[in-house]
Amino acid sequence: MKRRDFLKAAGGGALVAATTSGTAQARPNKEPPANAVGMLYDSTLCVGCQACMTECKKINGMPPEQAFGDDMWDSPADLSEKTLNIIKLYRDGDGSVKDRETDGFAFVKRHCQHCVDAGCVSVCPVTAMRKDAKTGIVTHHEDVCIGCRYCVYACPYNVPKYEFSKADGQIRKCQFCNQAGVERIDQGLLPGCVEVCPTGASLFGTYSDLKAEAERRVALQPGENTVYPRGMLNPGSGGYAQPGLPPHEKPAPQYQPEVFGDADDSGGTQVLHIAAVPFQKLGLPDLPERSFAARSETVQHTIYGGAVLPIAALAGLVYAARRSTVGKQEGDDSTGGQQS
Amino acid sequence: MELEQIPHRLGITRREFMKFCTGVAATMGLSGGAAIKMAHAVANPRRPAVIWLSGQQCTGCTETLLRSHHPTLETLILDMISLDYNETLSTPAGNLAEEARHASMKENWGKYLLIVDGSIPTADGGVYCKIANRTIAEHVAEAAEGAVAVIAMGSCAAWGGIPSSDPNPTEARSVQELIQGKTSLQPANLAAISGKPIINIPGCPPNPHNVLSVALHFVTFGTLPELDEENRPKFAYGRLIHENCERRPHFDAGRFAIEFGDEGHRQGWCLYKLGCKGPMTYANCPAIEFGDVGGGAWPIGVGAPCFGCTEKGVGFTRPIHSLADVKTHAPANPFPDVNQPVGEGASAGAAALLGAVGGAIIGGGVMASRKLAQADEAGSEDSQSKE
Repeated sequence: MKRRDFLKAAGGGALVAATTSGTAQARPNKEPPANAVGMLYDSTLCVGCQACMTECKKINGMPPEQAFGDDMWDSPADLSEKTLNIIKLYRDGDGSVKDRETDGFAFVKRHCQHCVDAGCVSVCPVTAMRKDAKTGIVTHHEDVCIGCRYCVYACPYNVPKYEFSKADGQIRKCQFCNQAGVERIDQGLLPGCVEVCPTGASLFGTYSDLKAEAERRVALQPGENTVYPRGMLNPGSGGYAQPGLPPHEKPAPQYQPEVFGDADDSGGTQVLHIAAVPFQKLGLPDLPERSFAARSETVQHTIYGGAVLPIAALAGLVYAARRSTVGKQEGDDSTGGQQS
Repeated sequence: MELEQIPHRLGITRREFMKFCTGVAATMGLSGGAAIKMAHAVANPRRPAVIWLSGQQCTGCTETLLRSHHPTLETLILDMISLDYNETLSTPAGNLAEEARHASMKENWGKYLLIVDGSIPTADGGVYCKIANRTIAEHVAEAAEGAVAVIAMGSCAAWGGIPSSDPNPTEARSVQELIQGKTSLQPANLAAISGKPIINIPGCPPNPHNVLSVALHFVTFGTLPELDEENRPKFAYGRLIHENCERRPHFDAGRFAIEFGDEGHRQGWCLYKLGCKGPMTYANCPAIEFGDVGGGAWPIGVGAPCFGCTEKGVGFTRPIHSLADVKTHAPANPFPDVNQPVGEGASAGAAALLGAVGGAIIGGGVMASRKLAQADEAGSEDSQSKE
């Protein structure tokens, strides 16, 4: 075949590529299930009692960790395969006043954000990470996990943790206390951390209700008295029962105007945050509006959609290989003859 | 020596007396040497005169002193100071009592201590509390002028207390506000009294040891103990109840009583969820408990949430069941930072081992490629020589 023919074939391949990418839609961010559950963490309500961390370890059967050399208390430094939920501290200057950016401090609770469009679910090659169709909880299934740890690297919040200390390690992450064997949500119970929270800083509810509540709170005038529910927001909504403690009333603080975890934060997270200190200071990342899952899936599904491009590329390679082998057939033979 | 006459004067043994003085010194965090100085000061027969005025109050502050028996505190306070006027304790009444007070004030002008309990009504010219046909505001202003210092005992005197809570029809204000001219009712001698040292000892009632400690500090050293920005003695009001609370470990471990009488409440767990105001109330109650009762008897000790009686804006203001703001001087240490680094860098040994392995691989590769090249050259020379 001549050079001209090769170029023609290559051009045809390019045309196929162009048409496929034209027809494949850029995938938008996913939407949460209608009755998705969620959690609202209000940093200004958190008093740092760490009851949620204690309860989490109790329910999930995790051992205490001592990162700060104190053998008496559970004191993890970060999320780990033994710590699925942690209260961390932002501190500036003398750290004297709570919920103040300069010379103040603030608490932040970190665990799985249960992304609406989760990166870990998108990258998992064996569907060990799944998003529950009813609750929207991002679940992990040990029976199929191959331990590739893609989810660890795909998570923008650095949440899934791998048990590196074990030969047959597993991924560990918060599953809203609804994993097999615990199933608190299915039983109509609250997640452990919410159940013990004394102030309602961790509040359970449906995602849509919580989003409305978060928006209501950030719009409050500082000092205005308002009612803070504890346990579950609007008990019974979405078919999830469980009232918690009675609500309490207190003056509203000066909130940051945004809610972390709504749709413009990478498609949204079912765990919402509101705080008096900018979220970036609390270690929550500034994410683009489009989720990483949507972006990478658009690229991947365009390239591999219908296997058209791979087949075209393979055809091109086969052709090129054949052309170069056919051209050198005699020369090859002569060399072979010399060697033998 | 005066100390030797103490058993006769006070009716207690010398040993009991020394124990008392040491206890008072310890309450303020002073050394044993201070206790001996105090013992001498108390033993001095020339006792400082004290004028005690009462505004809008319930007599609880006086009662708490009388009900203390740790050794016979009422004897000590009556004998170590010269309480020249107190509405509840004065033997004379009416004109006689007023005369005694004026005589004492005149005699000790500029030297006596003024103790006030109860708030000062300032609405309608202060007519809502009158003694001897004069308003309490007038009495306090007059007595403050000749006082060396003013002690506002109890929450009512220190910041307004119950009478000042909504709707406050009498416009009850604290003693400090009155003598510093911060009320609508201005004392006639404001210029003379506005600079008087004032010590606030809030509480409902305050622990008698806190009052006694301030008085003894003054008697012994001639100065007032260190005060905070609200003129409260730091030894008593420098720390949150939450910081020293005996139930604090339950708070840290997330063990809370949810309802009165439930399992957690019976187990003595933290009362925060029941509305305990310990986390926003400054007082030394966990250390010296309530009144002079002893035996672990103070509100939190007996299972009742603290309602913040010493703290302006908390006691008699916030609903008893409402959750407290958890104040801290600074957050506790065991919290990891938002950007807490995890793990550690490579150790020197690991780095050396890795370097050695890497070096061996690179070196081996170089040598292998060199040998291969030599073998190639040799091979081609061989074939050429064969031809």
